[in-house]
Amino acid sequence: MDIPEDRRYTDQHEWALLEASGVRLGITDYAQEALGEVVFVRLPEVGRRVAAGDTIADIDSTKSVAEVYAPMDGIVDAINEALPANTQWVNDDPYGKGWFALIAPDDPGAIENLLDAAAYRALTGQ
Amino acid sequence: MPEPGGRAASSPLVGGAAEPTLAELSAPGRRAWSLPALDVPEAALDLPEAAAPPPLPEVAERDLVAHFTRLAHRSFGVDLGAYPLGSCTMKYNPKVCDWAADLAGFRQLHPATPPLLAQGALEVLREAEEILCEITGMARATFQPPAGAAGELTGLLIMRGYHQARGNPRSKVIIPDSAHGTNPASVSLAGYRAVPVPSNSRGMVDLDALRGLVDEEVAGLMLTNPNTLGLFEEQITAIAGAVHDAGGLVYYDGANLNAILGVARPGDMGFDIVHSNLHKTFATPHGGGGPGAGPVAVVSHLAPYLPGPLPTRQPDGTLAWEMPAASIGRVHGGHGNFLVVVRALAYMRALGGAGLRRVAERSVLNARYLERLVAAEYDLPYAEPCMHEFVASAARLKRETGVRAADVAKALLDLGFHAPTMYFPLIVEEALMVEPTETESPETVEALAASLLAIAHLAREDPAGAHEHPRATPVRRPDDARAARRPVLTWFMEDP
Repeated sequence: MDIPEDRRYTDQHEWALLEASGVRLGITDYAQEALGEVVFVRLPEVGRRVAAGDTIADIDSTKSVAEVYAPMDGIVDAINEALPANTQWVNDDPYGKGWFALIAPDDPGAIENLLDAAAYRALTGQ
Repeated sequence: MPEPGGRAASSPLVGGAAEPTLAELSAPGRRAWSLPALDVPEAALDLPEAAAPPPLPEVAERDLVAHFTRLAHRSFGVDLGAYPLGSCTMKYNPKVCDWAADLAGFRQLHPATPPLLAQGALEVLREAEEILCEITGMARATFQPPAGAAGELTGLLIMRGYHQARGNPRSKVIIPDSAHGTNPASVSLAGYRAVPVPSNSRGMVDLDALRGLVDEEVAGLMLTNPNTLGLFEEQITAIAGAVHDAGGLVYYDGANLNAILGVARPGDMGFDIVHSNLHKTFATPHGGGGPGAGPVAVVSHLAPYLPGPLPTRQPDGTLAWEMPAASIGRVHGGHGNFLVVVRALAYMRALGGAGLRRVAERSVLNARYLERLVAAEYDLPYAEPCMHEFVASAARLKRETGVRAADVAKALLDLGFHAPTMYFPLIVEEALMVEPTETESPETVEALAASLLAIAHLAREDPAGAHEHPRATPVRRPDDARAARRPVLTWFMEDP
């Protein structure tokens, strides 16, 4: 199970990566493995204000449905426009091409409140 | 030892060519119907001008019947063999119920017949209501909702009506994290917000967490008991008490009523509103989209909110339609799927009280027997004794061989059994939810167990091959991810 050291995690299996342009968000390798083949994603509208814990996207796989939650407060700055037509990216490249949204955070420092890779590894029993 | 009657391995499911669609069978001008000659004076109808008929397939009766017969021969149904689809109670439905529903006096009755000319039908509804209320411990019931989810919405609207009459409809409904997917959907449709309560390590509602969630904005709690893991909620009276103390109502999802028929009553556990699925528990065929019936029964102080009209006894002994005082209104045209109620009443009367209790006892016995038989290969995440169904996990098999719950389910088809429910409830990894029902013989339960064990052994010997089942069915292994990602429509209705 791949858990990159360069980013932070939530206990709901999202990852958050602080970049120059904001916080990039996606679901973890553990999450995509548990969901199985993703066949549908619904992304948020650009410009939407979100609070940490808000539902920001929906995922359907061949075996279940799931919600993606915002890891921190902010405004949706960009979404992965190509993802709905290429949902296999969530499975094949969850930390890269399978990203969901880019958030302009109210407080970039809030990312420190999320789990680091070691804590997320412990959470998932890896 | 007799052969297992519920194993369908000899079924000629194996077909050759793909069955054409009705559109492909269509030829202009062909009809599967003909009208009798007009024997009344012709009169003009005051209707808006009719649009051109839609371009539906045109197929002769002979070809239409052959088409559906071929499809039926290729489909797995309850009449073909054991169908252990957990949560769905796919039990065998006695044919005597079909006989009753086929009686011309019931079948040909128009829903608008004046009640004095339809007393027999009203008596059916009233007697079925009385028996259902005795089974559930409720006071009155409606048969209008045509399905379980429609019953859920009806029950939640009754909940809303009750709170509204007290000045505040409230805003939240609590549901367990193992709930059926229809529960949160019904809650949203009724204008409430669904708040999940977690399960504890024993698979039951976490009572402390529940107490922390209950407040003056909680309209009620939706629960099924036995719960979705097939476990009996032992603290049910404390759970109901916690909700009642804050003025909320407790709703029973009747999906699992089969397990407690004649043994325990939701009313005695503290529930206020109960829906039941006649098409699960009371012997109506289902699985093809209906018709079903999801009657809703309530305690006496909620009876004024029931949909109506309800058949109500008059001083002269006849039954008449009466609308409850604070009714939420109609939830279905006519009086619901009436013939489903006829089937259910025939089933209740054929079995009687003692027979219905045996249904529950046998359904639990079969599930516990099957659970023990497969425990060597499939982990049981909760140590509690199961009720009418159990949830096993194929997680260990997946770790060791890469063979998943879906592979096990599909391989079972090749051995003559329908697949169990997979990947539900979501709180169990690689879940297989198995409900053998009371109608399967011990030989069938043993053959089903042997098949599940054989699949696990096969997975260890030939993991690659285990991904290729089913091999013997007319449609082998559809690529369900590609089908959802890139659906290919083969026929479009052209604009007239």
